[in-house]
Amino acid sequence: MAWYVDKAMQVLVFIGGISAIIFIIGIFVFITMEGIDFVIDRLDIVEFFTSEYWFPSDEDDPEFGILALIAGTASVTGLAMLVAIPFALGSAIYIGEFATGKTREYLKVLVELLAAIPSVVWGFIGLSIMNPLIIDVFDVPVGLNVLNAGVILGLMAAPIMASIAEDALKAVPDTYREAAEAMGATRWQVIFKVVLPAAKNGLLGAVLLGVGRGFGETMAVLMATGHSVNIPTSIFDSVRALTATIAAELGETAVGSDHYGVLFTIGIFLFLITFLINLSADLIVRGVRKG
Amino acid sequence: MFETSELNNRNRTKQKLFQLLFMMMTLLLITPVLIILTTLIYKGGSIISVDFLFTFPTDGMTAGGIFPALFGTVWLVAVALLVSVPIGVAAAIYLSEYAPENWLTRIINLAIINLAGVPSIVHALFGVGAFVIFFKFGTSILAASLTLAIMTLPVVIVASRESLQAVPKAFREACWNMGATRWQTIRRVVLPNAVSGILTGVILEVSRTTGETAPIMFTGAAFFLPYLPQGVFDQTMALSLHLFVVSTQVPGVPEELPYGVALVLIAMVLLMNSISIAFRMYLRGKKKW
Repeated sequence: MAWYVDKAMQVLVFIGGISAIIFIIGIFVFITMEGIDFVIDRLDIVEFFTSEYWFPSDEDDPEFGILALIAGTASVTGLAMLVAIPFALGSAIYIGEFATGKTREYLKVLVELLAAIPSVVWGFIGLSIMNPLIIDVFDVPVGLNVLNAGVILGLMAAPIMASIAEDALKAVPDTYREAAEAMGATRWQVIFKVVLPAAKNGLLGAVLLGVGRGFGETMAVLMATGHSVNIPTSIFDSVRALTATIAAELGETAVGSDHYGVLFTIGIFLFLITFLINLSADLIVRGVRKG
Repeated sequence: MFETSELNNRNRTKQKLFQLLFMMMTLLLITPVLIILTTLIYKGGSIISVDFLFTFPTDGMTAGGIFPALFGTVWLVAVALLVSVPIGVAAAIYLSEYAPENWLTRIINLAIINLAGVPSIVHALFGVGAFVIFFKFGTSILAASLTLAIMTLPVVIVASRESLQAVPKAFREACWNMGATRWQTIRRVVLPNAVSGILTGVILEVSRTTGETAPIMFTGAAFFLPYLPQGVFDQTMALSLHLFVVSTQVPGVPEELPYGVALVLIAMVLLMNSISIAFRMYLRGKKKW
Protein backbone atom coordinates (compact mmCIF):
# COMPACT_ATOMS: atom_id res chain seq x y z
CA MET A 1 0.00 0.00 0.00
CA ALA A 2 2.61 2.49 1.08
CA TRP A 3 4.53 1.56 -2.01
CA TYR A 4 1.62 2.41 -4.33
CA VAL A 5 1.08 5.74 -2.62
CA ASP A 6 4.79 6.38 -2.97
CA LYS A 7 4.72 5.69 -6.71
CA ALA A 8 1.52 7.71 -7.23
CA MET A 9 2.93 10.73 -5.42
CA GLN A 10 6.16 10.48 -7.37
CA VAL A 11 4.18 10.69 -10.61
CA LEU A 12 2.07 13.58 -9.26
CA VAL A 13 4.99 15.74 -8.18
CA PHE A 14 6.74 14.94 -11.46
CA ILE A 15 3.73 16.35 -13.31
CA GLY A 16 3.95 19.42 -11.08
CA GLY A 17 7.66 19.61 -11.86
CA ILE A 18 7.25 19.62 -15.61
CA SER A 19 4.24 21.96 -15.43
CA ALA A 20 6.50 24.98 -15.89
CA ILE A 21 7.72 23.53 -19.18
CA ILE A 22 4.15 22.73 -20.26
CA PHE A 23 3.03 26.27 -19.46
CA ILE A 24 5.89 27.98 -21.25
CA ILE A 25 5.25 25.85 -24.34
CA GLY A 26 1.52 26.48 -23.90
CA ILE A 27 2.08 30.23 -23.89
CA PHE A 28 4.01 30.05 -27.13
CA VAL A 29 1.51 27.69 -28.79
CA PHE A 30 -1.58 29.69 -27.86
CA ILE A 31 -0.29 33.13 -28.80
CA THR A 32 1.01 31.64 -32.05
CA MET A 33 -2.39 30.04 -32.73
CA GLU A 34 -4.05 33.44 -32.51
CA GLY A 35 -1.38 35.25 -34.48
CA ILE A 36 -0.55 32.66 -37.15
CA ASP A 37 -3.29 33.63 -39.63
CA PHE A 38 -2.01 37.17 -39.72
CA VAL A 39 1.60 36.05 -40.01
CA ILE A 40 0.83 33.81 -42.99
CA ASP A 41 -1.71 35.95 -44.84
CA ARG A 42 -0.77 39.55 -44.19
CA LEU A 43 2.63 39.91 -42.59
CA ASP A 44 5.29 41.62 -44.65
CA ILE A 45 8.22 41.04 -42.33
CA VAL A 46 10.38 43.81 -43.81
CA GLU A 47 7.61 46.38 -43.59
CA PHE A 48 6.72 45.13 -40.10
CA PHE A 49 10.15 45.94 -38.71
CA THR A 50 11.12 48.94 -40.86
CA SER A 51 7.95 50.97 -41.30
CA GLU A 52 7.11 53.59 -38.73
CA TYR A 53 3.47 53.75 -39.80
CA TRP A 54 1.16 52.11 -37.33
CA PHE A 55 -2.46 52.43 -38.50
CA PRO A 56 -3.71 48.90 -37.83
CA SER A 57 -7.42 49.75 -37.78
CA ASP A 58 -7.56 51.90 -40.92
CA GLU A 59 -10.35 50.42 -43.04
CA ASP A 60 -8.96 51.12 -46.50
CA ASP A 61 -5.24 50.94 -46.09
CA PRO A 62 -4.09 49.60 -42.73
CA GLU A 63 -0.38 49.92 -41.98
CA PHE A 64 1.41 47.50 -39.67
CA GLY A 65 4.85 48.99 -38.99
CA ILE A 66 6.23 48.60 -35.49
CA LEU A 67 9.51 50.50 -35.92
CA ALA A 68 8.22 53.47 -33.93
CA LEU A 69 6.93 51.15 -31.21
CA ILE A 70 10.30 49.39 -31.02
CA ALA A 71 11.96 52.83 -30.83
CA GLY A 72 9.58 53.73 -28.01
CA THR A 73 10.32 50.59 -26.03
CA ALA A 74 14.07 50.84 -26.70
CA SER A 75 14.36 54.52 -25.72
CA VAL A 76 12.44 54.05 -22.49
CA THR A 77 14.30 50.85 -21.57
CA GLY A 78 17.63 52.46 -22.47
CA LEU A 79 17.04 55.48 -20.26
CA ALA A 80 15.73 53.21 -17.51
CA MET A 81 18.98 51.25 -17.58
CA LEU A 82 21.05 54.46 -17.42
CA VAL A 83 19.13 55.31 -14.25
CA ALA A 84 18.98 51.83 -12.77
CA ILE A 85 22.43 50.31 -13.39
CA PRO A 86 24.54 52.73 -11.30
CA PHE A 87 22.02 52.76 -8.45
CA ALA A 88 21.48 49.03 -8.51
CA LEU A 89 25.20 48.19 -8.57
CA GLY A 90 26.04 50.93 -6.06
CA SER A 91 23.49 49.76 -3.55
CA ALA A 92 24.33 46.09 -4.14
CA ILE A 93 27.96 46.87 -3.30
CA TYR A 94 26.98 48.92 -0.26
CA ILE A 95 24.52 46.36 1.07
CA GLY A 96 26.70 43.37 0.23
CA GLU A 97 30.17 44.65 1.11
CA PHE A 98 29.96 47.64 3.47
CA ALA A 99 26.76 47.48 5.48
CA THR A 100 26.70 45.16 8.47
CA GLY A 101 24.26 43.67 10.95
CA LYS A 102 20.93 45.41 11.43
CA THR A 103 21.56 48.19 8.87
CA ARG A 104 22.08 45.58 6.21
CA GLU A 105 18.89 43.72 7.15
CA TYR A 106 16.81 46.91 7.08
CA LEU A 107 18.24 48.03 3.74
CA LYS A 108 17.53 44.64 2.21
CA VAL A 109 13.95 44.76 3.45
CA LEU A 110 13.45 48.27 2.04
CA VAL A 111 14.83 47.22 -1.35
CA GLU A 112 12.53 44.21 -1.32
CA LEU A 113 9.53 46.41 -0.54
CA LEU A 114 10.53 48.79 -3.32
CA ALA A 115 10.46 45.84 -5.72
CA ALA A 116 6.97 44.92 -4.55
CA ILE A 117 5.20 48.12 -5.64
CA PRO A 118 2.77 47.10 -8.40
CA SER A 119 3.39 48.47 -11.88
CA VAL A 120 -0.02 50.15 -12.10
CA VAL A 121 0.88 52.18 -8.99
CA TRP A 122 4.16 53.22 -10.65
CA GLY A 123 2.15 54.24 -13.71
CA PHE A 124 -0.12 56.31 -11.52
CA ILE A 125 2.92 57.95 -9.93
CA GLY A 126 4.23 58.80 -13.39
CA LEU A 127 0.88 60.29 -14.27
CA SER A 128 0.17 62.26 -11.13
CA ILE A 129 3.53 63.10 -9.53
CA MET A 130 6.22 62.93 -12.24
CA ASN A 131 4.12 64.55 -14.96
CA PRO A 132 3.57 67.95 -13.29
CA LEU A 133 7.10 67.80 -11.88
CA ILE A 134 8.65 67.42 -15.34
CA ILE A 135 6.44 70.18 -16.79
CA ASP A 136 7.53 72.53 -14.00
CA VAL A 137 11.21 71.71 -13.88
CA PHE A 138 11.98 71.52 -17.60
CA ASP A 139 9.32 73.92 -18.81
CA VAL A 140 7.95 71.53 -21.44
CA PRO A 141 4.28 71.29 -22.53
CA VAL A 142 3.86 67.57 -21.84
CA GLY A 143 5.34 65.63 -18.93
CA LEU A 144 4.36 62.19 -20.17
CA ASN A 145 7.40 61.23 -22.21
CA VAL A 146 10.57 59.15 -22.48
CA LEU A 147 12.06 60.89 -19.44
CA ASN A 148 9.05 60.17 -17.24
CA ALA A 149 8.67 56.52 -18.22
CA GLY A 150 12.45 55.99 -18.21
CA VAL A 151 12.84 57.23 -14.64
CA ILE A 152 9.79 55.28 -13.45
CA LEU A 153 11.01 52.12 -15.15
CA GLY A 154 14.51 52.67 -13.78
CA LEU A 155 13.15 52.87 -10.25
CA MET A 156 11.15 49.71 -10.87
CA ALA A 157 14.06 47.73 -12.30
CA ALA A 158 16.75 48.91 -9.87
CA PRO A 159 15.66 46.96 -6.76
CA ILE A 160 15.38 43.70 -8.70
CA MET A 161 18.77 44.25 -10.29
CA ALA A 162 20.21 45.21 -6.92
CA SER A 163 19.11 42.03 -5.21
CA ILE A 164 20.34 39.79 -8.05
CA ALA A 165 23.62 41.73 -8.13
CA GLU A 166 23.96 41.31 -4.37
CA ASP A 167 23.50 37.55 -4.78
CA ALA A 168 26.28 37.62 -7.36
CA LEU A 169 28.58 39.43 -4.92
CA LYS A 170 27.67 36.99 -2.17
CA ALA A 171 28.59 34.09 -4.47
CA VAL A 172 32.22 35.25 -4.48
CA PRO A 173 33.96 33.05 -1.87
CA ASP A 174 35.09 34.83 1.29
CA THR A 175 38.52 33.24 0.89
CA TYR A 176 39.09 35.60 -2.10
CA ARG A 177 38.45 38.61 0.12
CA GLU A 178 40.54 37.22 2.98
CA ALA A 179 43.46 36.49 0.67
CA ALA A 180 43.39 40.04 -0.71
CA GLU A 181 43.04 41.57 2.75
CA ALA A 182 45.96 39.49 3.97
CA MET A 183 48.05 41.07 1.22
CA GLY A 184 47.27 44.46 2.75
CA ALA A 185 44.53 45.59 0.36
CA THR A 186 41.98 48.07 1.67
CA ARG A 187 38.26 47.33 1.53
CA TRP A 188 37.62 49.21 -1.69
CA GLN A 189 40.69 47.71 -3.32
CA VAL A 190 39.33 44.28 -2.43
CA ILE A 191 35.98 45.21 -3.94
CA PHE A 192 37.28 46.74 -7.15
CA LYS A 193 40.22 44.48 -7.84
CA VAL A 194 38.91 41.16 -6.54
CA VAL A 195 35.19 40.95 -5.84
CA LEU A 196 33.81 42.84 -8.84
CA PRO A 197 35.94 41.01 -11.43
CA ALA A 198 35.03 37.69 -9.83
CA ALA A 199 31.32 38.55 -9.83
CA LYS A 200 31.41 40.02 -13.35
CA ASN A 201 29.15 37.42 -14.96
CA GLY A 202 26.57 37.50 -12.22
CA LEU A 203 26.41 41.29 -12.42
CA LEU A 204 25.99 41.12 -16.19
CA GLY A 205 23.17 38.63 -15.66
CA ALA A 206 21.52 41.06 -13.24
CA VAL A 207 21.70 43.84 -15.83
CA LEU A 208 20.25 41.59 -18.53
CA LEU A 209 17.33 40.58 -16.32
CA GLY A 210 16.74 44.29 -15.67
CA VAL A 211 16.66 44.92 -19.42
CA GLY A 212 14.18 42.06 -19.83
CA ARG A 213 12.00 43.50 -17.14
CA GLY A 214 12.06 46.95 -18.72
CA PHE A 215 11.26 45.51 -22.11
CA GLY A 216 8.23 43.64 -20.84
CA GLU A 217 6.83 46.21 -18.45
CA THR A 218 3.31 47.16 -19.48
CA MET A 219 1.11 49.25 -17.19
CA ALA A 220 3.68 51.79 -16.02
CA VAL A 221 4.86 52.35 -19.58
CA LEU A 222 1.30 52.61 -20.86
CA MET A 223 0.49 55.34 -18.37
CA ALA A 224 3.74 57.33 -18.31
CA THR A 225 4.96 57.49 -21.94
CA GLY A 226 2.18 59.69 -23.33
CA HIS A 227 1.26 56.88 -25.70
CA SER A 228 1.78 58.54 -29.06
CA VAL A 229 3.39 56.68 -31.98
CA ASN A 230 6.61 58.53 -32.51
CA ILE A 231 10.31 57.95 -33.08
CA PRO A 232 11.76 60.07 -30.29
CA THR A 233 14.40 62.70 -30.99
CA SER A 234 14.69 63.91 -27.41
CA ILE A 235 13.81 62.61 -23.97
CA PHE A 236 10.89 65.04 -23.88
CA ASP A 237 9.10 63.33 -26.77
CA SER A 238 6.09 61.18 -26.07
CA VAL A 239 6.42 57.63 -27.35
CA ARG A 240 4.48 54.41 -27.35
CA ALA A 241 5.84 51.01 -26.32
CA LEU A 242 5.18 47.57 -27.82
CA THR A 243 3.62 46.21 -24.65
CA ALA A 244 1.46 49.29 -24.10
CA THR A 245 0.13 49.07 -27.65
CA ILE A 246 -1.22 45.59 -27.00
CA ALA A 247 -2.70 46.67 -23.67
CA ALA A 248 -4.39 49.72 -25.16
CA GLU A 249 -5.71 48.20 -28.38
CA LEU A 250 -6.60 44.57 -27.75
CA GLY A 251 -9.88 45.56 -26.10
CA GLU A 252 -11.18 47.31 -29.20
CA THR A 253 -10.37 44.67 -31.82
CA ALA A 254 -12.62 41.94 -33.16
CA VAL A 255 -11.34 38.40 -32.56
CA GLY A 256 -9.75 37.13 -35.79
CA SER A 257 -9.34 40.54 -37.44
CA ASP A 258 -6.01 41.71 -38.86
CA HIS A 259 -5.62 44.19 -36.05
CA TYR A 260 -6.18 41.39 -33.51
CA GLY A 261 -3.67 39.21 -35.38
CA VAL A 262 -0.97 41.85 -35.51
CA LEU A 263 -1.23 42.45 -31.75
CA PHE A 264 -0.64 38.73 -31.17
CA THR A 265 2.25 38.90 -33.63
CA ILE A 266 3.80 41.63 -31.48
CA GLY A 267 3.18 39.30 -28.53
CA ILE A 268 5.13 36.51 -30.27
CA PHE A 269 7.96 38.98 -30.94
CA LEU A 270 8.00 40.09 -27.27
CA PHE A 271 7.94 36.47 -26.10
CA LEU A 272 10.90 35.54 -28.29
CA ILE A 273 12.96 38.60 -27.27
CA THR A 274 12.41 38.12 -23.53
CA PHE A 275 13.06 34.39 -23.94
CA LEU A 276 16.42 35.17 -25.53
CA ILE A 277 17.30 37.74 -22.85
CA ASN A 278 16.41 35.36 -20.02
CA LEU A 279 18.22 32.47 -21.66
CA SER A 280 21.43 34.44 -22.09
CA ALA A 281 21.19 35.83 -18.54
CA ASP A 282 20.84 32.27 -17.26
CA LEU A 283 23.77 30.99 -19.32
CA ILE A 284 26.00 33.85 -18.17
CA VAL A 285 25.10 33.42 -14.49
CA ARG A 286 25.49 29.65 -14.67
CA GLY A 287 28.92 30.18 -16.19
CA VAL A 288 30.07 31.91 -13.02
CA ARG A 289 28.65 29.23 -10.72
CA LYS A 290 30.67 26.52 -12.43
CA GLY A 291 33.87 28.51 -12.38
CA MET B 1 57.16 51.74 14.16
CA PHE B 2 53.60 51.35 12.90
CA GLU B 3 53.12 54.83 11.52
CA THR B 4 50.77 55.16 8.58
CA SER B 5 52.46 56.07 5.34
CA GLU B 6 51.11 58.64 2.91
CA LEU B 7 49.95 55.80 0.68
CA ASN B 8 47.98 54.26 3.55
CA ASN B 9 46.30 57.55 4.24
CA ARG B 10 45.42 58.12 0.61
CA ASN B 11 43.95 54.64 0.35
CA ARG B 12 41.94 55.13 3.47
CA THR B 13 40.50 58.44 2.28
CA LYS B 14 39.62 56.83 -1.00
CA GLN B 15 37.86 53.98 0.78
CA LYS B 16 35.90 56.41 2.95
CA LEU B 17 34.84 58.34 -0.15
CA PHE B 18 33.69 55.24 -1.97
CA GLN B 19 31.80 53.98 1.03
CA LEU B 20 30.03 57.32 1.29
CA LEU B 21 29.23 57.31 -2.43
CA PHE B 22 27.70 53.84 -2.31
CA MET B 23 25.75 54.70 0.79
CA MET B 24 24.31 57.77 -0.93
CA MET B 25 23.30 55.63 -3.90
CA THR B 26 21.51 53.16 -1.67
CA LEU B 27 19.71 55.94 0.14
CA LEU B 28 18.79 57.62 -3.15
CA LEU B 29 17.32 54.33 -4.32
CA ILE B 30 15.17 54.10 -1.22
CA THR B 31 14.05 57.73 -0.87
CA PRO B 32 11.58 57.60 -3.80
CA VAL B 33 9.53 54.95 -1.98
CA LEU B 34 9.31 57.13 1.08
CA ILE B 35 8.38 60.19 -1.00
CA ILE B 36 5.75 58.17 -2.86
CA LEU B 37 4.25 56.74 0.30
CA THR B 38 4.05 60.15 1.98
CA THR B 39 2.46 61.71 -1.10
CA LEU B 40 -0.10 58.93 -1.38
CA ILE B 41 -0.99 59.18 2.30
CA TYR B 42 -1.05 62.97 2.21
CA LYS B 43 -3.26 63.22 -0.88
CA GLY B 44 -5.34 60.07 -0.59
CA GLY B 45 -5.57 59.56 3.14
CA SER B 46 -8.51 61.91 3.59
CA ILE B 47 -10.82 59.88 1.35
CA ILE B 48 -10.20 56.55 3.07
CA SER B 49 -13.06 55.56 5.35
CA VAL B 50 -15.18 52.53 6.12
CA ASP B 51 -17.71 53.89 3.63
CA PHE B 52 -15.05 54.18 0.91
CA LEU B 53 -14.06 50.56 1.37
CA PHE B 54 -17.58 49.15 1.55
CA THR B 55 -19.75 51.04 -0.93
CA PHE B 56 -20.16 50.89 -4.71
CA PRO B 57 -18.76 53.60 -6.99
CA THR B 58 -21.40 56.16 -7.95
CA ASP B 59 -21.83 58.98 -10.49
CA GLY B 60 -19.94 57.22 -13.29
CA MET B 61 -17.12 56.24 -10.89
CA THR B 62 -16.36 59.84 -9.92
CA ALA B 63 -17.66 59.31 -6.39
CA GLY B 64 -18.51 56.56 -3.94
CA GLY B 65 -16.40 53.65 -2.82
CA ILE B 66 -14.37 50.74 -4.15
CA PHE B 67 -16.16 47.75 -2.66
CA PRO B 68 -16.77 45.73 -5.87
CA ALA B 69 -13.11 46.20 -6.86
CA LEU B 70 -11.86 45.01 -3.47
CA PHE B 71 -14.30 42.11 -3.50
CA GLY B 72 -13.24 41.14 -7.04
CA THR B 73 -9.54 41.23 -6.17
CA VAL B 74 -10.17 38.84 -3.27
CA TRP B 75 -12.00 36.47 -5.65
CA LEU B 76 -9.26 36.64 -8.29
CA VAL B 77 -6.48 36.04 -5.77
CA ALA B 78 -8.33 33.19 -4.03
CA VAL B 79 -9.04 31.26 -7.23
CA ALA B 80 -5.50 31.88 -8.50
CA LEU B 81 -4.07 30.48 -5.24
CA LEU B 82 -6.26 27.36 -5.44
CA VAL B 83 -4.57 26.57 -8.73
CA SER B 84 -1.01 27.75 -8.28
CA VAL B 85 -0.25 26.61 -4.72
CA PRO B 86 -0.80 22.85 -5.31
CA ILE B 87 1.04 22.93 -8.64
CA GLY B 88 3.81 25.14 -7.28
CA VAL B 89 4.39 23.05 -4.15
CA ALA B 90 4.35 19.82 -6.20
CA ALA B 91 6.92 21.33 -8.55
CA ALA B 92 9.06 22.42 -5.61
CA ILE B 93 8.86 18.94 -4.03
CA TYR B 94 9.89 17.38 -7.32
CA LEU B 95 12.81 19.77 -7.78
CA SER B 96 14.03 19.52 -4.21
CA GLU B 97 13.36 15.82 -3.41
CA TYR B 98 13.31 13.86 -6.64
CA ALA B 99 14.94 15.71 -9.52
CA PRO B 100 18.26 14.25 -10.64
CA GLU B 101 20.95 16.57 -12.01
CA ASN B 102 20.11 16.18 -15.65
CA TRP B 103 19.00 18.05 -18.74
CA LEU B 104 15.31 17.81 -17.80
CA THR B 105 15.90 19.56 -14.49
CA ARG B 106 17.90 22.27 -16.26
CA ILE B 107 15.06 22.80 -18.71
CA ILE B 108 12.53 22.97 -15.86
CA ASN B 109 14.62 25.63 -14.15
CA LEU B 110 14.96 27.55 -17.37
CA ALA B 111 11.18 27.33 -17.90
CA ILE B 112 10.59 28.72 -14.40
CA ILE B 113 12.91 31.66 -15.05
CA ASN B 114 11.18 32.33 -18.35
CA LEU B 115 7.71 32.04 -16.87
CA ALA B 116 8.72 34.82 -14.49
CA GLY B 117 10.35 36.82 -17.28
CA VAL B 118 7.66 36.73 -19.96
CA PRO B 119 6.02 40.18 -20.13
CA SER B 120 2.73 40.40 -18.25
CA ILE B 121 0.90 41.50 -21.38
CA VAL B 122 2.07 38.33 -23.17
CA HIS B 123 0.58 36.34 -20.28
CA ALA B 124 -2.61 38.30 -20.98
CA LEU B 125 -2.52 37.31 -24.65
CA PHE B 126 -2.00 33.70 -23.59
CA GLY B 127 -4.96 33.97 -21.23
CA VAL B 128 -7.14 35.30 -24.04
CA GLY B 129 -6.01 32.66 -26.53
CA ALA B 130 -6.10 29.71 -24.13
CA PHE B 131 -8.74 30.28 -21.44
CA VAL B 132 -11.13 32.84 -22.93
CA ILE B 133 -11.27 31.45 -26.47
CA PHE B 134 -9.91 27.89 -26.62
CA PHE B 135 -11.33 26.52 -23.37
CA LYS B 136 -14.42 28.76 -23.78
CA PHE B 137 -14.38 30.13 -20.23
CA GLY B 138 -15.20 33.55 -21.68
CA THR B 139 -13.97 36.69 -19.94
CA SER B 140 -14.45 35.44 -16.41
CA ILE B 141 -12.89 35.20 -12.99
CA LEU B 142 -11.79 31.68 -13.89
CA ALA B 143 -9.90 32.77 -17.02
CA ALA B 144 -8.30 35.74 -15.25
CA SER B 145 -7.31 33.72 -12.20
CA LEU B 146 -5.79 30.92 -14.27
CA THR B 147 -3.73 33.51 -16.14
CA LEU B 148 -2.61 35.05 -12.85
CA ALA B 149 -1.87 31.61 -11.39
CA ILE B 150 0.46 30.65 -14.23
CA MET B 151 2.16 34.03 -14.16
CA THR B 152 2.89 33.91 -10.42
CA LEU B 153 3.72 30.20 -10.29
CA PRO B 154 7.49 30.88 -10.15
CA VAL B 155 7.06 32.83 -6.89
CA VAL B 156 5.58 29.78 -5.12
CA ILE B 157 8.00 27.32 -6.70
CA VAL B 158 11.13 29.28 -5.82
CA ALA B 159 10.11 30.03 -2.22
CA SER B 160 8.89 26.49 -1.55
CA ARG B 161 11.95 24.87 -3.08
CA GLU B 162 14.18 27.05 -0.95
CA SER B 163 12.43 26.09 2.29
CA LEU B 164 12.36 22.39 1.35
CA GLN B 165 16.07 22.43 0.62
CA ALA B 166 16.73 24.09 3.96
CA VAL B 167 15.56 20.91 5.75
CA PRO B 168 18.78 19.06 6.60
CA LYS B 169 19.57 15.88 4.67
CA ALA B 170 20.08 14.01 7.95
CA PHE B 171 16.36 14.33 8.77
CA ARG B 172 15.50 12.44 5.59
CA GLU B 173 18.19 9.81 6.09
CA ALA B 174 17.05 9.11 9.63
CA CYS B 175 13.52 8.57 8.36
CA TRP B 176 14.57 6.33 5.46
CA ASN B 177 16.57 4.20 7.84
CA MET B 178 13.40 3.54 9.81
CA GLY B 179 11.99 1.91 6.67
CA ALA B 180 9.79 4.82 5.55
CA THR B 181 9.15 5.27 1.84
CA ARG B 182 10.22 8.39 0.04
CA TRP B 183 6.74 9.91 0.15
CA GLN B 184 6.21 9.03 3.83
CA THR B 185 9.44 10.85 4.57
CA ILE B 186 8.35 13.91 2.61
CA ARG B 187 4.86 13.89 4.10
CA ARG B 188 5.83 13.29 7.75
CA VAL B 189 9.27 14.85 8.05
CA VAL B 190 10.20 17.23 5.25
CA LEU B 191 6.91 19.07 4.67
CA PRO B 192 6.14 19.77 8.37
CA ASN B 193 9.59 21.32 8.70
CA ALA B 194 9.18 23.41 5.54
CA VAL B 195 5.54 24.42 5.72
CA SER B 196 6.10 27.81 7.33
CA GLY B 197 8.68 28.70 4.68
CA ILE B 198 6.22 27.70 1.99
CA LEU B 199 3.64 29.92 3.65
CA THR B 200 5.88 33.00 3.34
CA GLY B 201 6.11 32.23 -0.38
CA VAL B 202 2.33 32.00 -0.64
CA ILE B 203 1.87 35.36 1.10
CA LEU B 204 4.37 36.85 -1.34
CA GLU B 205 2.34 35.41 -4.20
CA VAL B 206 -0.87 36.92 -2.83
CA SER B 207 0.86 40.29 -2.85
CA ARG B 208 2.08 39.85 -6.43
CA THR B 209 -1.31 38.66 -7.66
CA THR B 210 -3.09 41.59 -6.01
CA GLY B 211 -1.04 44.14 -7.89
CA GLU B 212 -1.06 42.63 -11.37
CA THR B 213 -3.14 44.52 -13.90
CA ALA B 214 -2.23 43.68 -17.48
CA PRO B 215 -2.97 39.92 -17.28
CA ILE B 216 -6.54 40.48 -16.11
CA MET B 217 -7.48 43.35 -18.43
CA PHE B 218 -8.82 41.16 -21.22
CA THR B 219 -9.38 37.89 -19.43
CA GLY B 220 -11.92 38.71 -16.75
CA ALA B 221 -11.67 42.12 -15.16
CA ALA B 222 -14.23 44.74 -16.18
CA PHE B 223 -13.95 48.53 -16.02
CA PHE B 224 -17.24 48.82 -14.20
CA LEU B 225 -19.96 46.43 -13.07
CA PRO B 226 -23.04 47.48 -11.10
CA TYR B 227 -23.21 44.12 -9.33
CA LEU B 228 -20.92 41.67 -7.56
CA PRO B 229 -19.75 38.47 -9.29
CA GLN B 230 -21.86 35.44 -8.37
CA GLY B 231 -19.46 32.70 -9.45
CA VAL B 232 -16.23 31.95 -11.27
CA PHE B 233 -17.79 32.38 -14.72
CA ASP B 234 -18.76 36.01 -14.05
CA GLN B 235 -16.63 39.02 -14.81
CA THR B 236 -15.50 41.16 -11.92
CA MET B 237 -13.96 44.50 -11.11
CA ALA B 238 -10.46 44.49 -9.62
CA LEU B 239 -8.61 47.01 -7.50
CA SER B 240 -5.52 47.26 -9.72
CA LEU B 241 -7.54 47.78 -12.88
CA HIS B 242 -9.80 50.20 -11.02
CA LEU B 243 -6.77 52.40 -10.32
CA PHE B 244 -5.92 52.40 -14.04
CA VAL B 245 -9.53 53.20 -14.96
CA VAL B 246 -10.12 56.06 -12.53
CA SER B 247 -6.74 57.63 -13.24
CA THR B 248 -6.85 57.46 -17.07
CA GLN B 249 -10.22 56.47 -18.50
CA VAL B 250 -12.84 58.43 -16.57
CA PRO B 251 -13.14 62.21 -16.98
CA GLY B 252 -13.96 64.44 -14.05
CA VAL B 253 -12.65 62.28 -11.24
CA PRO B 254 -11.83 64.33 -8.13
CA GLU B 255 -8.08 64.29 -7.45
CA GLU B 256 -8.16 62.44 -4.15
CA LEU B 257 -10.10 59.44 -5.52
CA PRO B 258 -7.29 57.79 -7.55
CA TYR B 259 -4.84 58.63 -4.75
CA GLY B 260 -7.14 56.84 -2.33
CA VAL B 261 -7.37 53.77 -4.59
CA ALA B 262 -3.59 53.74 -5.05
CA LEU B 263 -3.12 54.03 -1.30
CA VAL B 264 -5.41 51.08 -0.57
CA LEU B 265 -3.69 48.97 -3.24
CA ILE B 266 -0.15 49.77 -2.14
CA ALA B 267 -1.09 49.33 1.52
CA MET B 268 -2.43 45.83 0.82
CA VAL B 269 0.64 44.86 -1.19
CA LEU B 270 3.22 46.27 1.21
CA LEU B 271 1.38 44.90 4.24
CA MET B 272 1.45 41.38 2.84
CA ASN B 273 5.08 41.72 1.84
CA SER B 274 5.98 42.96 5.32
CA ILE B 275 4.11 40.05 6.92
CA SER B 276 5.99 37.65 4.67
CA ILE B 277 9.36 39.25 5.49
CA ALA B 278 8.67 39.42 9.22
CA PHE B 279 7.54 35.80 9.23
CA ARG B 280 10.70 34.78 7.38
CA MET B 281 12.93 36.58 9.89
CA TYR B 282 11.02 35.04 12.82
CA LEU B 283 11.52 31.58 11.33
CA ARG B 284 15.19 32.18 10.76
CA GLY B 285 15.58 33.15 14.41
CA LYS B 286 13.65 30.11 15.60
CA LYS B 287 15.39 27.49 13.50
CA LYS B 288 16.73 24.66 15.64
CA TRP B 289 19.30 23.28 13.25
